[in-house]
Amino acid sequence: MKRRLLDLAHARSGDKGDTANVGLIARKPKDYPLLVKHVTAARVARHFKGMIKGPVERFELPNLHALNFLLHGALDGGGTISLKTDAQGKVFSTALLRMEIEVKR
Amino acid sequence: MSAARANGVRIAAGQGFWGDWLEAPYRQVTGGPVDYLMMDYLAEVTMSILQKQKSRDSSLGYATDFVTQMQRILPTVIERGIKVTANAGGVNPRACADAVATVTKQLGFEGKLTIGVVTGDDLLGRLDGLIARGHQLKNLDTGRPLRDVRDRVLAANAYLGAAPVVEALRRGAQVVITGRVTDTGLTLAPLMHAFDWAPDAWDLIAAGTVAGHIIECGAQASGGNCLIDWEQIPDLANVGYPIVEARPDGTFDIVKHPGTGGRISVAGVTEQLVYEMGDPRDYITPDGVAEFTSIRLAQAGKNRVRVSGVRGKPATDKLKVSIAYFYGYKAVGTLVYAWPDALKKAQAADRILRQRLKDLKLRFEAIHTEFVGANATHGALALNELDPAQIPEVQLRIGVRAPDKAPVDRFTREIAPLILNGPPSVTGFAGGRPKPEEIVAYWPALIDKRMVEPSVELVEA
Repeated sequence: MKRRLLDLAHARSGDKGDTANVGLIARKPKDYPLLVKHVTAARVARHFKGMIKGPVERFELPNLHALNFLLHGALDGGGTISLKTDAQGKVFSTALLRMEIEVKR
Repeated sequence: MSAARANGVRIAAGQGFWGDWLEAPYRQVTGGPVDYLMMDYLAEVTMSILQKQKSRDSSLGYATDFVTQMQRILPTVIERGIKVTANAGGVNPRACADAVATVTKQLGFEGKLTIGVVTGDDLLGRLDGLIARGHQLKNLDTGRPLRDVRDRVLAANAYLGAAPVVEALRRGAQVVITGRVTDTGLTLAPLMHAFDWAPDAWDLIAAGTVAGHIIECGAQASGGNCLIDWEQIPDLANVGYPIVEARPDGTFDIVKHPGTGGRISVAGVTEQLVYEMGDPRDYITPDGVAEFTSIRLAQAGKNRVRVSGVRGKPATDKLKVSIAYFYGYKAVGTLVYAWPDALKKAQAADRILRQRLKDLKLRFEAIHTEFVGANATHGALALNELDPAQIPEVQLRIGVRAPDKAPVDRFTREIAPLILNGPPSVTGFAGGRPKPEEIVAYWPALIDKRMVEPSVELVEA
């Protein structure tokens, strides 16, 4: 069964220079392992293909039932240099929540 | 323990950035008991704006809004003995303190306020000496040495930690005005002072840093910009800004004043914890390194989240330096296209405009197009899920960036002609021709801690 991340998680994102971060948080702690298993750095890199120029890093925060992603080269130079509406990466969070993962019933 | 209170020390967040809600500081000091008010004013680029103001008038170069705020809250602050920590001093903390001293006297509180002034972060005048002594100040992102852009540097400030703020409080300052002190240091310092935490009590330092991180963006910890169940968050019009209620053992609660709107929940605080996060095992500040992977959160009551378990590691021997330098010019122009085929029309206009820029042989470092209403925020991820024929309107938003002003200026004159000589159903140009903007960019670097000596002085109002 396909599940949209929006139904399983919430998120907040921000910036550090030309890197956007997305913190992805399980709505229910029991779903955190699903995120760990399916929302890999490679999967996130594919999801954002064409939108980011650099690699994706992932960090685990089991204590907060959260994953943190760093999307490098996501912000057209970032900060004041960027020509993007979302120059500070504020809505990469919900862009990640569009992702669908295959979950066993 | 100064400011001792049965339920610990309460530090209220008053401003999450320069431009935050003007009502927040007053509401924080009057809405219930607090011991400290923390106000964060400095973003990376703010320092260059302030440096420019100071070069024109040596009595400027600080966050002037802070003085207006102090004028409003001083009667309460003095009556209740509330202490204030703020990095509103920008590149001229002494002038900011003088301005606060002046309004203090005007309000009739002469002799009743001691202001601490923290300086030593400003490295602009020392850059050539530092570079000559082998401090390359390499860009942390690109590895380039600062000498590549030295002649374009507009501001350079080391991030100071909590230590000089603690010193100012110990020496009796009620209001501490700093230059570039870290956002987290403004919360950590009052805790170190109130609880006599040692600077190498790494777990406690980390706990105070986490407390600072949670409240440094103001209402982002109490229901603002909170995604989870956002429609259920009550009364954001009357949102209560967050308050840290800390205990000497380093555990603390995030709360807000009674009768205010917003919501303080584990999920909401978690959102703020992951905001702007890098490697969660190493949240590096001048004061120490916090391990965000150790944080425990629990709902300890309505609108009360308990934070515990925070572990820390020793501080590094470096300080981060925030350098601002002139980068070039940019401009952004917009036009709005209406149904039918709104997106197609905007796309056609983009193609035409780009062709004209090419024919004019204008050279840009970047041309960036967005179709607001279709792909500006989520790119192709959004476009793939849309039925383009049904989009009622699209804003074409096109920006250019170049080292020189001339091509950017010419670009700004190419938007309006499209109204009459491009695709149809176009509107939304009442704002007129866009203006070329100077780009002041951010250059993050590290410096040996021993090169930076914070200094504290007291000003009696």
